[in-house]
Amino acid sequence: MAKNHVTTTINGEPVEFLCETQQTLLDVLRDELQLTGSKEGCASGDCGACSVMVDGRLVCSCLVMGVEAEGSDIETIEGMAEGDQLHPLQQKFLENAALQCGICTPGFLIAAKSLLEKNPDPTETEVRYWLAGNLCRCTGYDKIIRSVLEVAADAKRA
Amino acid sequence: MSGNANGYKWIGTRTIRPDGVDKVTGRAAFGADFSLPGMLVGKILRSPHAHARILSIKTNKAEAFPGVKAVVTSADFPEIPASEAIKGSSPPNYRHLSQNLMAREKVFYDGHAVAAVAATSTAVADEALSLIEVEYEILPHVTDVLEAMKPDAPILHDDLFTGGVDPKPEKPSNVAKRVEFAIGDIDAGFAEADVIVERDYTTEGIHQGYIETHAVVANMGEDGQATIWCSSQGHFMVRQYTAGLLNMNIGDIKVTPAEIGGGFGGKTTVYLEPAALLLSRKSGHSIKMVMTRDEVFRGTGPTSGSAMTIKIGAKKDGKIVAAEADLKFFAGAFPGAPVHLGCMCGFTPYDIENVMAVGYDVVTNRPKAISYRAPGAPIAAFAIESAIDELAGKLGIEPLALREINAARKGTRTAYGPTLGVVGFEETLEAAKNHPHYSEPLGPNQGRGIASGYWFNVGGESSASVSINEDGSVTVTSGAPDVGGSRASLCIMAAEVLGVDIGQVRAVIGDTNATGFNRHTGGSRVTFALGMVVIQATEDCVEQLSTAAAKIWDIDLEAVVWEGGYARPAGDNAGKFEPLSLSDLAAKTPMTGGPISSKKSSNVQGAGPAFGTHICDVEVDRETGQVKILRYTAIQDAGRAIHPGYVEGQMQGGVAQGIGWALNEEYVYGEDGRLQNSGFLDYRMPVASDLPMIDTVIVEVPNPTHPYGVRGVGEIPIIPPMAAVANAIEDAVGLRLSSLPMSPPKVLAALQNGA
Repeated sequence: MAKNHVTTTINGEPVEFLCETQQTLLDVLRDELQLTGSKEGCASGDCGACSVMVDGRLVCSCLVMGVEAEGSDIETIEGMAEGDQLHPLQQKFLENAALQCGICTPGFLIAAKSLLEKNPDPTETEVRYWLAGNLCRCTGYDKIIRSVLEVAADAKRA
Repeated sequence: MSGNANGYKWIGTRTIRPDGVDKVTGRAAFGADFSLPGMLVGKILRSPHAHARILSIKTNKAEAFPGVKAVVTSADFPEIPASEAIKGSSPPNYRHLSQNLMAREKVFYDGHAVAAVAATSTAVADEALSLIEVEYEILPHVTDVLEAMKPDAPILHDDLFTGGVDPKPEKPSNVAKRVEFAIGDIDAGFAEADVIVERDYTTEGIHQGYIETHAVVANMGEDGQATIWCSSQGHFMVRQYTAGLLNMNIGDIKVTPAEIGGGFGGKTTVYLEPAALLLSRKSGHSIKMVMTRDEVFRGTGPTSGSAMTIKIGAKKDGKIVAAEADLKFFAGAFPGAPVHLGCMCGFTPYDIENVMAVGYDVVTNRPKAISYRAPGAPIAAFAIESAIDELAGKLGIEPLALREINAARKGTRTAYGPTLGVVGFEETLEAAKNHPHYSEPLGPNQGRGIASGYWFNVGGESSASVSINEDGSVTVTSGAPDVGGSRASLCIMAAEVLGVDIGQVRAVIGDTNATGFNRHTGGSRVTFALGMVVIQATEDCVEQLSTAAAKIWDIDLEAVVWEGGYARPAGDNAGKFEPLSLSDLAAKTPMTGGPISSKKSSNVQGAGPAFGTHICDVEVDRETGQVKILRYTAIQDAGRAIHPGYVEGQMQGGVAQGIGWALNEEYVYGEDGRLQNSGFLDYRMPVASDLPMIDTVIVEVPNPTHPYGVRGVGEIPIIPPMAAVANAIEDAVGLRLSSLPMSPPKVLAALQNGA
């Protein structure tokens, strides 16, 4: 079966790849491009560990086909820090011990960043519902939610 | 970030974990993130039947399919006779483990592995699985624990005779074992009681629900030397179990641990590694296997479900005089339910003269149960802590006060034998009583529940090394996977002993060739037990550093003190020489006797048992039966919190898992014995919008065995929540729910029936 040629932008860089028709965007990121920061926890859109941004929209990359990414602008966890400068959410997660095993962390960071871009001053309830598509089994969410609220508060003060 | 009210420089501070940056940038390599050039994809074919005899397996079509490089079945696994099932002095039962990894004569559950293939791609491997022809003779099945115990139940294993009963039964049954823990005279105790409560309880099988599915890359060299990269709670366990299953020498296998994406007890055994090595041997390629979520639910170990009866008797003044538990836990397809642990932990929060706890380990047509956080204890605690609450109601005594009257303390004899040393249960009750949450007013349909829990905590075989590097940086190498911040704790303890900046110390997890043997991460043991050997190794390094300084100054070792990261001349020599820092001494090691490092291995004893007490507020929706958690406070004796952030995190995470267990999570089997909810949509774990903030209070009653007082924190927080929620529901609507999960349909039915 001939592979499909797809042209995208990933984390600001032009990226071309070949993929099989049945490969998801997550498969492509992980297996073809070695961007393994996006995780597969369910392959059914229920856990959010594969969260990425496609053209400014938060999506589960396990629910997007690789060929659908043609022409799109994709942001993954690998592009979140700028050089050695961590994103404020990344820094806050570290300071607040908002991760234990860390497998869900990339998905939460991508989802939280997209929330703050849309809604820079969310309530706790808004954060909880926005992040309800991301499963974490270690933390009970407490420190994750606090971290997102603190980053929003820090940005407001700045 | 240094200096501390407790007098320590680093103990008790919230340092940044050494593996943190990799985990927030996506660089950390978990099980499925590792690859080798030229590797093949391995996949498992699983039984669609709950119980069936395998008449034949035809693999020729699959083998002939283009891109398929190897197929293995149980015929490729060495058969382990019953006489060799136990190797050495401890579990596992290798015969059962082997049969669980690859079914032999029979399949015992929906999801039981029957064959494995290696192919050039996932698509080819999936196609190959569909070409394997398995002929089954379907047998009657049983998934319920009480049904499985009936005399006419379908028998899973013809060679399983109930252990722990005298005389040995003549007929096989599904009851693998009976255990009993008793003190005093239970009948005399109940005869003394003024008030007695007795009730039946049930819980469902639930899964640990780690977000990372099982994953492995394995390579078998032509010389029989094997290398495995995988995520587990113990890479030494993977090495030992794999060697035992494949009749290999342990020294011929090297296991490199990946980062582990959650385990909670579920990754304390092997599933894929032996099959991956056999596929590698057969194909001549390295093999990567990654489970799907469906495979994790159907093919890996959940924890037991149960049927329990609890009877407790007390005097009018609240003194409990007799307590009896009858616990029946299902183990899944092979024996090993943690029912003995449930029997041991359940009544231990209380000082009771007459106790009788009996447990049954029962096989059923479900995946083989494996540990889940404080295995056994949360199940027993759901029933016992509910019964304590009911007893309090009957006596007209506040539930917290009833616990105070009966609280276990130093000198209390447990039902399983030992007498408790210094413990902090009363301190957790005191903290609960004084917490503002305890007296906050409640609204209509709202209620508050209290529950407590006990766990032993664990030590065990532990090995670590500490190296002082040439520039004065320090490497701590240990061999127990870091499931939630233990590298940070080990760094803190090493930095405390050395008196240096935390940034100078880095903790890494070494592979099976890098350190001595380590028991797997589990039982809340790593910060305690690995901490002990790391402290010992670091103290040894301090001794060597001091010796080097003594050499440089040409004075006696006894005249050198190590203080704040410096060797200083002491006594008569005080002030005579400039202090030498760790870095100064590290740079001079070529002249002072050579590199400074220390390795310690020990079977660490003296784990500090601990207790937790939780307060939970709920609101019950009378129209839908939905229970909302309004407020939650977890209080726990940690002994000493080395890194409070990760202690709180363990407590909060355990509570969230407990709330899921209480309200939603359950394995749902159809009449056909097939699992009906093998995905996260239908197996409903708590999400962020289901939960409130989870407040924590860390009580510190130091463990006298540990230099800093560490007890262990990971297990306890999952023990009280189910009863805390049930007790809160009772307080809200006056209904005693005794069956988990307390999901909306069940709560609604109870509201409508008024019982």
